[in-house]
Amino acid sequence: MGTETTARLELKSITKRFPGVLANDQVSFSVQPGEIHALLGENGAGKSTLVKMIYGIMQPDGGEIRWNGERIVVANPKAARRLGIGMVFQHFSLFEAMTVLENIALGMDAKIPARELEARIKEVMTQYGLKLEPHRIVSTLSVGERQRIEIVRALLLNPKLLIMDEPTSVLTPQEVEQLFIVLRQLASEGCSILYISHKLHEIKALCHTATILRGGKLVDTCNPSVETSRSMAEKMIGGNLKTIEKAEGRAIGREKLIVNRLNMPARSHFGVSLKDITFTVREGEIFGIAGVAGNGQNALLLALSGETLSEDEGAITVDGAKLGRLTAKQRRLAGVSSVPEERNGHAAVPEFTLADNSVLTARDRLGMVKIGLIDQRAAKTYAGEVISTFAVKALGPGSTAGSLSGGNLQKYIMGREIMQNPAVLVVSQPTWGVDAGAAAAIHQALVDLAAAGSAIVVISQDLDELLSLCDTLAVINEGRLSPAMKVADADIEEIGLLMGGVHGDPAATANLHPELAHAHQA
Amino acid sequence: MRIKLEKRPEPSTVMQFVTPVASVLLTMLIGVIVFDALGIKGGRAVTDIFLTPLLATYKWQDVAVKAAPLIIIALGLSIGNRAQIWNIGAEGQYIIGALAAAGVGIAAGGAGGGAIITLMILAGIVGGTLWAVVPAFLKTRLNVNETLTTLMLTYVALQVLGYLVGGPWKDPNGRNFPATAPLHADQTLPILFPGTTVHLGVAIALILPFVFWIIMSRSVFGYQIRVVGSAPDAARHGGFDAKQTIWLSLLIAGGMAGLAGALEFAGALKAINLGFPSGYGFTAIIVSFLGRLNPIGCLIAGIVLAVTYVGGQIAQTTVHIPNSTAGIFQAMMLFFILASDILIRYRVRFVASPKATPLPAAGE
Repeated sequence: MGTETTARLELKSITKRFPGVLANDQVSFSVQPGEIHALLGENGAGKSTLVKMIYGIMQPDGGEIRWNGERIVVANPKAARRLGIGMVFQHFSLFEAMTVLENIALGMDAKIPARELEARIKEVMTQYGLKLEPHRIVSTLSVGERQRIEIVRALLLNPKLLIMDEPTSVLTPQEVEQLFIVLRQLASEGCSILYISHKLHEIKALCHTATILRGGKLVDTCNPSVETSRSMAEKMIGGNLKTIEKAEGRAIGREKLIVNRLNMPARSHFGVSLKDITFTVREGEIFGIAGVAGNGQNALLLALSGETLSEDEGAITVDGAKLGRLTAKQRRLAGVSSVPEERNGHAAVPEFTLADNSVLTARDRLGMVKIGLIDQRAAKTYAGEVISTFAVKALGPGSTAGSLSGGNLQKYIMGREIMQNPAVLVVSQPTWGVDAGAAAAIHQALVDLAAAGSAIVVISQDLDELLSLCDTLAVINEGRLSPAMKVADADIEEIGLLMGGVHGDPAATANLHPELAHAHQA
Repeated sequence: MRIKLEKRPEPSTVMQFVTPVASVLLTMLIGVIVFDALGIKGGRAVTDIFLTPLLATYKWQDVAVKAAPLIIIALGLSIGNRAQIWNIGAEGQYIIGALAAAGVGIAAGGAGGGAIITLMILAGIVGGTLWAVVPAFLKTRLNVNETLTTLMLTYVALQVLGYLVGGPWKDPNGRNFPATAPLHADQTLPILFPGTTVHLGVAIALILPFVFWIIMSRSVFGYQIRVVGSAPDAARHGGFDAKQTIWLSLLIAGGMAGLAGALEFAGALKAINLGFPSGYGFTAIIVSFLGRLNPIGCLIAGIVLAVTYVGGQIAQTTVHIPNSTAGIFQAMMLFFILASDILIRYRVRFVASPKATPLPAAGE
């Protein structure tokens, strides 16, 4: 078997039904050896379900899966791995209290001595340029670093088909390029890659074929190099794509949020401390903070939201009022709202209803509390308003946050903060793991809020997002913030180097931009 | 066929109610099997422990009196348990509460009446609360594990009890037994139904669950406890102070245990001797979980556990099993309730094993 015409993987009329939903409806496509095949679709389009069946986590209700031409049943992920199917999930399955090495060892089906495994991990890491410290505890790692564990874990198995679920969301442009080199290298060695994404230009740059899903059905299988990003996006969302409407020459007003020499010690041994963070955001301005995961973004969000307090009350001021020593509750009353990166368990409580989740951050500003009791009706009404204004797909205010898809929950959380008309809004990773339709809606909402005179800080690892959204941009690296630059004059190469910072190869950095590398190290 | 656990899209409300009931039924079933295997009439033992107290009306007052402290303590513990702050020293807080009430009674001398009784009850609450201050302080300041400190303080409380009833507070007319003098009649809690032992504490135990239910479901404080328990990071994001939560949940649990101790002393036992601590503070942990940390659930679970206490005494005389058998049943209930928790978030499905054979050694 295995002639040139035999597909590595072939799906025939795969159908999967959940109570109340047809997640996959007669989906058929095939992936050739060495092909990088994109699987494109909005959240809820059925991509995850489909790859879960390929990886043996679920069984299809109908249809068949063929592997090198033979019909197979992938009983479980272990069987999938035995066949040579590896997967890097969007949501990582890692034990927080264990080290990188222990996590990888746990994911291996074969028992390999720790020392040998470490050597193999280091080999894979250097071969593919993935930087990781094997003995660090996972709980101290950033999202980006955690993803690297998953990638290394999959690569250790020498897969014949590698499934990648939204892999580039947390990488710098240079890292994305590096990953693409890895993936192209793998493909040239004959490994097939199923690449789930909604970043259309990446798909155009990387993938040979794209299969587009919408509402569980296959819409089209096309060649991304002949399609435009726009045409693929429209197939994906089944309508016209909205572009961000940014009023030209928007008035940017007086200084609103001033952060002056904000210092914050690291929260844990491996954490990142903030060092002399200084920037100013004006009324109506969207200020972007770019950077690779794990460079102090979380610490910065917590310091701005008041979840950690500064020693210096003047380190953070809004309209001249000193907020540095105020608690999260007091800052919210002073008009500072925030949206942390982690939706489940930080920005929202998954097992609470949306109404209850509105109480979490809106209770004081919107007067939902009367003599110590929560006004349930006000909470419900507000949740309902957020749901309708932000077109959140949910049954109603009584749905639990955990029952919403990532994109819908993110729209809800953004809406919950934006509809409180904050003077300052700090958001981290506003569109991480969110589909194109929801991302566009979130971006538009931020632009509208800025137009209404709020000062907005967007912390994101998605540089494209920042470049399209922000007026001003700075880069965070190892807890230090670069000087701000106008997005209009920004040089992507320079931003990338700032993002890479000391993570990159210093020699290369020095060669490319001697003065920059020098300034950064000083 | 194989058994598979499948995550439910939403936690099951039905299972919230089914699992505690199923735990009790399973406990009974296992009890029958185990006792039969031991050569004791299992059916009879389980009937006596679980059903006779409910069927024999003259046992109801015993059940009510025993349920009262269990319910009151469990209400306080449920708040901590929900916020994942584990106070397992309610027994000690209960003892100190009773001692504080006794101290007020002794200090009042012969005086009695509503004011003194109220003062005794308040002293019980304050005593239990103060006993919980120590673990709360150690936890918030030095990050000392509250499970250890609360439990250890129970043994300290036992020593305090032994010292007081054997020394300063010993009944001068008590033939040198280590026990306090019996309370004056006008220092004891009023009896609700003449001719029974049902005292005011029972009424308090019936009302408090509804007060707690309102607090937990409607108030900002209840919300805070629920958020801290479900998602500590979200609680911090929402502006809730973690230390405040620790303080409040430990102090409330201490206060409730102290209240239960004062009521048990002034309502049921009327004197404190070395046998005063009867494990209510520990059994209330089971009540709290069997009641799903829900105040109304605690009310029902408190009655169930009280039934096993009373039933244990019945079975002692009818099938001659030791009184501690009731403890075995109580423990079994706790295990079953904790184990069946998974059914709230997951459902069990029986699925056919995959039919087609996996590709043999594909590519290897």
